[in-house]
Parts: sequence; C-alpha cells; structure tokens
Amino acid sequence: MFSTAVLLANTPDQLLPARELMAFTLASHILLVPFGVALPFITLLMHHRGLRRNDPVALLLARRWSAVMAVQFAIGIITGTVLSFEFGLLWPGMMGRWGDVFGLGFGVEAWAFFLEAVLIAIYLYGWRRLKPWTHFWLAVPLPLAALMGAFGIIAANSWMNTPQGFGLDAQGKPIHVDVRQAIFTPMFGPEYWHFVVAMLLTAGYVVAGVYAVGWLRGRRDRYHRLGFTVPFTVAAILTPVQFMLGDSAARSVFHKQPVKFAALEIVWKTDTHVPEYLFGRMHPDGTISGGIKIPQLDSILAGFKPSTQVTGLTSVPASDRPTATQATIAHWAFDIMATIGSVLILLALWYAWSWWRHRDNPRGRWFYRCAASAGVACLFTVECGWITTEVGRQPWIVYQHMRVSEAVTSTHAAGIWTMLGIVMAVYVLVFGAFLAVVLKMRTRWRIADEGSAAARADLPPEADTPYGPRSEPEPAATGAAPDGGSGHTSGGAS
Amino acid sequence: MAEFIAWVLVLAIAAYACAGGTDYGAGFWDLLAGGAERGKRPRWLIDHAMAPVWEVNNVWLIFVLVIMWTGFPTVFQAVFSALWLPLALAAVGLVLRGAGFALRKPTRRLAQRRVYGAMFAVSSLVTPFFLGAVLGGIASGRVKVGTTASADAWANGTSVLVGLLAVAATAFLGAVFLCSDALRFGAHDLVDYFRVRALIAFSAVVVLALIALPVTHDDARYVWDGLTGGLGLLLIILAAVCGLATVLLLLRRSHGWTRYTSVASVALTVGAWGCAQRPYALPTSLTVAEAAGAAHTLRWLMIVTAVAIVLVGPALVVLYRLDTMGELEELTDSDTGAVRAAGDNL
Repeated sequence: MFSTAVLLANTPDQLLPARELMAFTLASHILLVPFGVALPFITLLMHHRGLRRNDPVALLLARRWSAVMAVQFAIGIITGTVLSFEFGLLWPGMMGRWGDVFGLGFGVEAWAFFLEAVLIAIYLYGWRRLKPWTHFWLAVPLPLAALMGAFGIIAANSWMNTPQGFGLDAQGKPIHVDVRQAIFTPMFGPEYWHFVVAMLLTAGYVVAGVYAVGWLRGRRDRYHRLGFTVPFTVAAILTPVQFMLGDSAARSVFHKQPVKFAALEIVWKTDTHVPEYLFGRMHPDGTISGGIKIPQLDSILAGFKPSTQVTGLTSVPASDRPTATQATIAHWAFDIMATIGSVLILLALWYAWSWWRHRDNPRGRWFYRCAASAGVACLFTVECGWITTEVGRQPWIVYQHMRVSEAVTSTHAAGIWTMLGIVMAVYVLVFGAFLAVVLKMRTRWRIADEGSAAARADLPPEADTPYGPRSEPEPAATGAAPDGGSGHTSGGAS
Repeated sequence: MAEFIAWVLVLAIAAYACAGGTDYGAGFWDLLAGGAERGKRPRWLIDHAMAPVWEVNNVWLIFVLVIMWTGFPTVFQAVFSALWLPLALAAVGLVLRGAGFALRKPTRRLAQRRVYGAMFAVSSLVTPFFLGAVLGGIASGRVKVGTTASADAWANGTSVLVGLLAVAATAFLGAVFLCSDALRFGAHDLVDYFRVRALIAFSAVVVLALIALPVTHDDARYVWDGLTGGLGLLLIILAAVCGLATVLLLLRRSHGWTRYTSVASVALTVGAWGCAQRPYALPTSLTVAEAAGAAHTLRWLMIVTAVAIVLVGPALVVLYRLDTMGELEELTDSDTGAVRAAGDNL
C-alpha cells in the first residue's frame, strides 16, 4: 500500500486527466472500428450475392448497409483524427523520442486510410450512376485497404508492447533505427490476426443481431432472413478461429511480456503449478480474494504442463509493474473477454449443428435472443481486449523503455480536465446523435417495407430497376427526400 | 533526405490547405447563408458539392501529422507542447464540424438540421482560424524545443493575422469551387451568388495580407525576409498572379479554369512559406537537418510515400473525375426504400 502511495506522489498531476482523456477517446473510437474495417466486406458479400443472383432483396440490404456505413465512416474519421491530435497533445514525450522509430506504421495506416476514404466515397456515391459490376469491382479493394490500415495501427501498438528495432546512445536516445524490425515485432503477428478477426466477428454479430431482433418481433420475411444469415455465417465461421488466435496471443504475451501475463492472470510469485483464478481480486500484498480457483490450470494453459514456470509480478520492482488495482482491472477484462469468446463458440456450434441437421437456421426463439445479444457482447469484448492490452502494459507506455509519466505533456492538469469535460460532452452528443440517426433510418425503412408489403403484396420493395435513375420516385419518398435530393436529374431546381 | 521529406510535408500541408480549405470555405458560406428559407438553395449546393469528397480531404490532415511525428519527432513534440490550446480547440472543432455535416444529411427535422448545420458552420470558421494561428505561431519563431504551453505562442498579432488569412483564403477557395459546382449542377442563379462572394473573399485576403506586412515585419522577421526576397518572393508573386487570374476569370464569367488558378494561388502561398522558412523547421532555433528523425526511417518514409502515391494516386484521380463528371450521387430515400416518418418536416 505504501509503495503505491509513493508512486502516486511521484506522478505528475496531469497524468491522470491525460490518461482518462486518451482512454475515453480511444474507448469511443474503438466501437466504430469493427464497422470501418469489416462492414465493407460484409456489405460487399451481400452486394455480390445481389448482383450474381439478380436478387433485389440482397441489393436492397447492401444499399441500406452502405447508407449506414456513410454516417458511421464519417464519425469514425473524425474520432480518428482526434486521436492523432492527442498523440501530440497528451504524449509529446513519446512522440518526440520514439516518433521516428515506430511512427512509420502510422504512415502506412494514414495512406491506407486515405485509400479507404477514396474507395468508400466512390462506393457510397456510385450506386445510382455507375454500371453495376463496375461499381462492385471498384469497391473490392476496400476490405484490403482496411486490412492494410489495421496493419499500420497494430504495428504501432505491438511495438509499444514489445519495442525493438533500435539501439540506445549514452543519453538513452534511440539510434540505429531498423524500421523492418520495428514494424514486425514479436507481438505483431498474434495481435494483428486477433484484432482483424475480432473486427470481422464483431461487425458480423452486430449486423446479424439487428435482424435477429426483427425476427423476434415477428418480421420473418426473406429480407430479415438474408440480413441475418449472411453476416451471422461470417461471424460463426470465424468464432472458433478467433478462439485459437486469442489463445495463441495470450501465450505470446506469456513468452514476450511475462509481467503483463502475470497481471492478466494475477500471479504474484514466480512459481510452477500455478492455479488459474477466474475473476477474483488482487490486493497490494499479493493475496487474492473472491473468484474461482482452479489448481494447476494457469501453468497448464501457459505451457501445456503443470510444471511450467509462470513469472509473477514480484519478479520486478513495484515501480516497474502494474499496481494491484491495475492488475485486477486487466485480469477482469481478460477473463470477461475469454468467457464471452467461449460462450460465442457454443452459439456458433448451435448454428452449425442446425445447418448440418436441417439445412436451415435454428428455429427457437432462444437462438435468436442469444444471437441478438452476441453483437452487444462482442462490442463489450472489444473494449475488454483493448483494456487488457493497455492496462496490462502499465506503467510503461513503451514497454520497459518509457513510463507513461515520462511521456505525458507538461500542460496543467486543470486544462486537461477541462478538455476532458468538453470532449466527453461533445462525444456523448455526437454518438447519441449518430445512434439516433441510424435508428431513425431503420424506422423509416421498416415503415416503408411494411407499407409496401401491404400495398404491393406480390412486388418486392425493389421491383424497380435496382440501378440507375428511378423510373418514377414514390410520392412518399419524394416528400421525405432532402431539399433538392433529386437535384441532378431535374437540373438542380427544387 | 530530411530536406526532401520536409518538402513532402509542405506539399501535404498545401494539399490540406487546398482540399480541406475548400470544404472549410463551403462551411463558411453555409454559416452566412441566412435563415432556413433564404439559405436553402446555397445549403443544398454546399451539401451536394462536399458530400463525396470531404472525408478524403480531411485525411490529408492525418497525413500531415504522421509525416511530422515520423520525420521530425522533435518538431512535433515542440509544436504540440507549445501550442496546446489552439490545437486542442482545432481538434474539438474538427469533431463538431465532421459530425455536424455527416449528421445533417440524413436528418429530416428542421430543428435538428439547424443544430447540426450550426455546429458544422461555426466550426468551419473556428478550425481553420486555429490551424492558421498555429502556423503563425511557428512562423513567428515563438515555438522552440522545450517551450511550454502559453498564450503568447498563439495569441499575438502574427498568429491572429495568419488565422484570419486562413479563414479568408478558405472562404475564397470555397466560393470559387461552389461557383463551378453551381454550374455543374445547373443551378445558374447560384453561380452569381458565389461569384460575388469569391470576389469579396479575395478582397479580404488582399486587405489582410496588406495589414500583415507591417504587423509581421518585426514580429516574424525571418519568415518576413524570406517572403519578400528570393525564391519566396517569386512564389508569392506567382501566387498573386494566380489569384488575380482567378479574379479576372470570375469577372469575365469564364469558370473553366478558376478552380485550378485558385488552388494554385493557395498552394503557391504555402510553398512560399516553406521556402521562407528554409533551412529552419522552427524558425531560427531548429533546422530541418537537426530536427530530422533517423535516416533509416526517412528512407522508408519515402518508400512508403512512393508506394502510396502509386496506390492512392489513381484512386484519387478516379474519385475527382467521377465527382466532376457528376457520376457520384448520394443514395436517396427512394434508393433505400425509406419513407417519411412522424415528425419529419423536411
């Protein structure tokens, strides 16, 4: 307890607000990332199906998803821009010293992002006037650009976890930078694939969840069935893959960042035959209260046999390791992530079983209830995964080379607290408005579908040419269109 | 090598000033477009013209920041430490602006559209001002390695003038582009509307530049000398010529080339500033060579940039071409099958 107090006394005042601000903005941004990275892929799958089978329902879904993507991508871009400002505003020490060592990953990311923005603009705005297959093929590089963007970001983050690719001079400044080594760090591979699959998985479950809710509310048409099945299948196939990737990522942490692993598993003393704690709380003296203790399991998970030696937190001085509270936070985040991941496997198996036996989605309401919650659970898991990797690295911003407190800005704490207040207010407003807009779009679509189903019982909503200018806009739609919405064809007069 | 990367940085800043600047300018005119009824037509045009490209234009800024911290980490650290407040305010402005614009489009209630529109428009004014003030602070030599955040670094004559110049320049670019967009979308009444505004904005730029001459003479001496002599002066003269050419073309109502001449005038001005600051990254205290990051990184930064130009270049050309040919059109409610819902009044 005493050592914690000393540590706190030595940290600058502005550290806490800076950390809170970074945490808040990142935690918000990361909720949009799955959609930026994976929604284009899922939409393109649906789009391809629509074009290939000449399926108007699939095309309508792809079109609606891209309308959601348009708003989501915009919000993602601006929260992302804020993050790049914050590197400088909050952690100038890190950027000043290490910018040229690990910054290149961001360079790759920035260009990939640029490409993504260009392609997404063409895709979103090309629906009406480009030729159908031209339009589709122009969007095909989109998921690849997203993968490249993720490459850059994860390269930077994995470098912070396992920094390499430089030497140090007498003043401790980095010299002899080797960019290739700095990008392909030991944690890069495990982190990258775990991240990419997590994004696909999350986007798939969230999108499917929307239609699962519709199904539960009695909307059992082909539209809902298709909207559910395509994204859910993508996610279900990837769930077991993710389980393996997650396990291998945890083992990489065990090998490359033993102290972080000790925090994730709340291991106090280096030992063999280490028990696994499911949840529980660590105290500053190393005792653990609560939680479920499973003898030997931690050693077995880490090295496949009970005699595996697991490094404990006490292997390094108190100032070089996460505090008991931080370890508990990282441990909980890690356990929640693993638990949700395991439950999702059961859901995927349920789905696979049903397809194997009946060639159809499961029928029961409980399946759809679970499927509807899977999306939310995944978003929660993404947050947990991020907390695991960031809190587990404490007190280091660059593992074993720079503490968070050395990187922080010298700006007064009051200024950063104020900024935090402003940013929180703004973000709550922006995210709230974003959600409201998306929900409103959904309501409009639903009313339209129900209305048209009643009015034109045998005509699907997209009986009109799916591409090109409409033959005759529906009266209701014209009324709801924004001012000059059909401006181009009518010479801009509205 | 460092010199080369510094020029890439200047080019990226110029690209952001032109591409992002046009969007800020559109926001500026959105702000001054008047009430819901009177401003309906200009706002419709602004929405239409900006929608497909504003996200791409925004990414230039991220690219500027990344080159800065990868190529010149100490400069990045110094700038973000010394100019904390204007940069923080610019960041908040960026959020409000993007969110305001993105959310206004799909909103169908007048009251909400007003709120989002106001967010977008006001922050379109605030953000370029603060970014300009940051450049002013750097150019005046107030930022040195180790300077802590203080109001002096940005609340001074040079910073304020550069901030105002940035706003005026974006207003000029925005109006020129909207003029051509009005022609492209066949909204002939708006051509003259924005033509007049482009001319007013250009006069504002000229007046501010004339005021800036005596104000910055002592305050930002190094850059002042660079801009009034040698290569810097040449670029400034070229920029002025391009600006005047834009005005002449506008007066003669030949809108074919105005986009290019107006962009050239802004880009050349940024280039002139780059020239004037040579060889310093932070005038008179830190040269580009001293500030440069590891040589190996710079080499790779160049390779990544080259590869990216090969990848992004064609895509960007396709986007701008499709956009100017009018091939890019927003999905409307009839495309996604949406209907009017209770409470919609637009």
